[in-house]
Amino acid sequence: MSMLEVRDLGVAFGAVQPLSDVSFSVGKGETLGLVGESGSGKSLTAMSVMGLLPLIGGRITAGAVEFDGQDLTKLPEKAYRKLRGGRIGLITQNPMTSLDPLQKIGPQVDAVAVLHLRMTRAEARARTVEILGTLRIPEPALICERYPHQMSGGMKQRIVIAMALAANPAVLIADEPTTALDVTVQAQIIRLLDDLVKSRDLALVLITHDMSVVAQVCDKVVVMYAGRAVERGSVEAIFERPRHPYTQALIGCIPRGLEGTERLTGIEGTVPTVMNYPSGCPFHPRCPRAEPICAREVPAFSTGGDSAAACHFAEVGHAKPA
Amino acid sequence: MILRYTAQRLLMLIPVSFSISVVIFMIVYLLPGDPIDNLLRVGSSPEDRAELVAQYGLDRSLVVQYFVWIGNMFQGEFGQAIVLRRPVADLIAQNLPYSLTLGGLAFLFSSTVGMALGTLSAMVRNPVLDRFVRGFILLGSTVPGFWLALLLILFFSVNLGWFPVSGARGWESLVLPVLTIGFGGVALVARVTRVALLDVQREDFVTLLHAKGLSSGAILFRHLMPHALLPVVTILALRIGWILGGAVTVEFVFGRPGLGSLLIRALGQRDYPVVQACLLMLALAVMLGTLIGDVAQAAMDPRIREKKS
Repeated sequence: MSMLEVRDLGVAFGAVQPLSDVSFSVGKGETLGLVGESGSGKSLTAMSVMGLLPLIGGRITAGAVEFDGQDLTKLPEKAYRKLRGGRIGLITQNPMTSLDPLQKIGPQVDAVAVLHLRMTRAEARARTVEILGTLRIPEPALICERYPHQMSGGMKQRIVIAMALAANPAVLIADEPTTALDVTVQAQIIRLLDDLVKSRDLALVLITHDMSVVAQVCDKVVVMYAGRAVERGSVEAIFERPRHPYTQALIGCIPRGLEGTERLTGIEGTVPTVMNYPSGCPFHPRCPRAEPICAREVPAFSTGGDSAAACHFAEVGHAKPA
Repeated sequence: MILRYTAQRLLMLIPVSFSISVVIFMIVYLLPGDPIDNLLRVGSSPEDRAELVAQYGLDRSLVVQYFVWIGNMFQGEFGQAIVLRRPVADLIAQNLPYSLTLGGLAFLFSSTVGMALGTLSAMVRNPVLDRFVRGFILLGSTVPGFWLALLLILFFSVNLGWFPVSGARGWESLVLPVLTIGFGGVALVARVTRVALLDVQREDFVTLLHAKGLSSGAILFRHLMPHALLPVVTILALRIGWILGGAVTVEFVFGRPGLGSLLIRALGQRDYPVVQACLLMLALAVMLGTLIGDVAQAAMDPRIREKKS
């Protein structure tokens, strides 16, 4: 059963429409990877699900965000606040700036349980210490008395995760949780998230641009490009039979160890900005096999096996990535 | 930790005070003219003059004069005003309460109203209100106090007759001076509060606070305001000294006694001991203000506490 389902989501800032036709669903104990280059609309999708678009001046113009069968786009702000941090947790990109520098760690985490679980300060603190412990933070009671600037990035990210978990949410949205961290710490955090999904039966939306992370922990994948979902499917299907040229290019970019003399590959060209999204298929200016139709018409999703790609030539079967 | 920090800052004030005292002592001797001229009657002989000069110790070397002066200061002995012929301590005791009342009220007025206005314009997303506050800030930062004072007198005292034109009797006489001095402060505090709030709202952690499900009010009071207070406290602390001394023109326009008026009068008469004492008081107020600001910052921000101690 899906805990979170996003259907045909469209987002606008004034007259600019940076996000359209984004759909995905994620169920209990499942991890969905939302991948794409920077600027493809991944974080915007996260903000939409959290109902925080008004904060940055945007609004949802189309589609639905359903949590446990309830459409959140029609939810009044007060009811939404109960879900935020209560049933849906958010983990942000940069742990260095994600905590209030003027407050001790303890109260910042306690606030969630006080707010959503109606706990007293003392109960909330006991819970905070317990959660910090399960996140493998040494001496959690002492950490509560420290300030954010006294801790490392990895530790801070665990604190942010603890805040997201404090009220026992059903859905967790992790927006590039490891981008700002050292490589060794990245692996720890990803493993931690993966363990949490399994032990707590969480539905996790993992936003990342790291395809190797996706391969490790995700069950399903949505590939985004220029504010659109271009391919979605099971992780096996995406990695073994990618059907959208963009997905193929992304997978082609994963470095493959030391054997082989080939150079690191990238994708030619740059991601279009919101102001100059191409007509038709957004990827066509960078696509190696684009035809005239690609510039004219937005391709519809064509389903095949357990994946679907928005490409005019998805059926043709592109060459397998190198 | 905060005590240690305060003690450190206090120690640092010692060399600062010493330098300031030297500058203050010297600066009055750089002024042309001297107080003896103001004391001599027309037709006095050079002998009369020499006698007076010796009486006030002005014939000794500057270094000796400085040490005598600073020694007396340490004992709370401000000396005798040369032209006004009264103990300097009396003059200050007489004028200081007026300055403190006016300055204190203006300080209170500018901090409360300024923070309220700044918060309103930053948090309420209303373009009309924001434009009004920004216009007010521009006016408050640019209109000179003495001119505003004249306008207020013209309108409220002369035309409406609500408040006295000048003097220092009763609370009515305080309203217009407080408004005049506070106006610039309100604008300054409102501007700093507004910018600080808008800045901190863009921080990542604020997004996460919303994601935790906190209400906007809780976020404003528990998280945003403490951040906005950091710069506000700094400028308010710096203003403590300014409000005591900067009221000079306003005191003059309203004909109020005060440290500023005393200083202006003493300067005109080259009454060295009074000028020196007044300047020293103002310098102390500025130093104290800075100290309070620094300590308050450290008390509020753990990062500053650690960096400097």
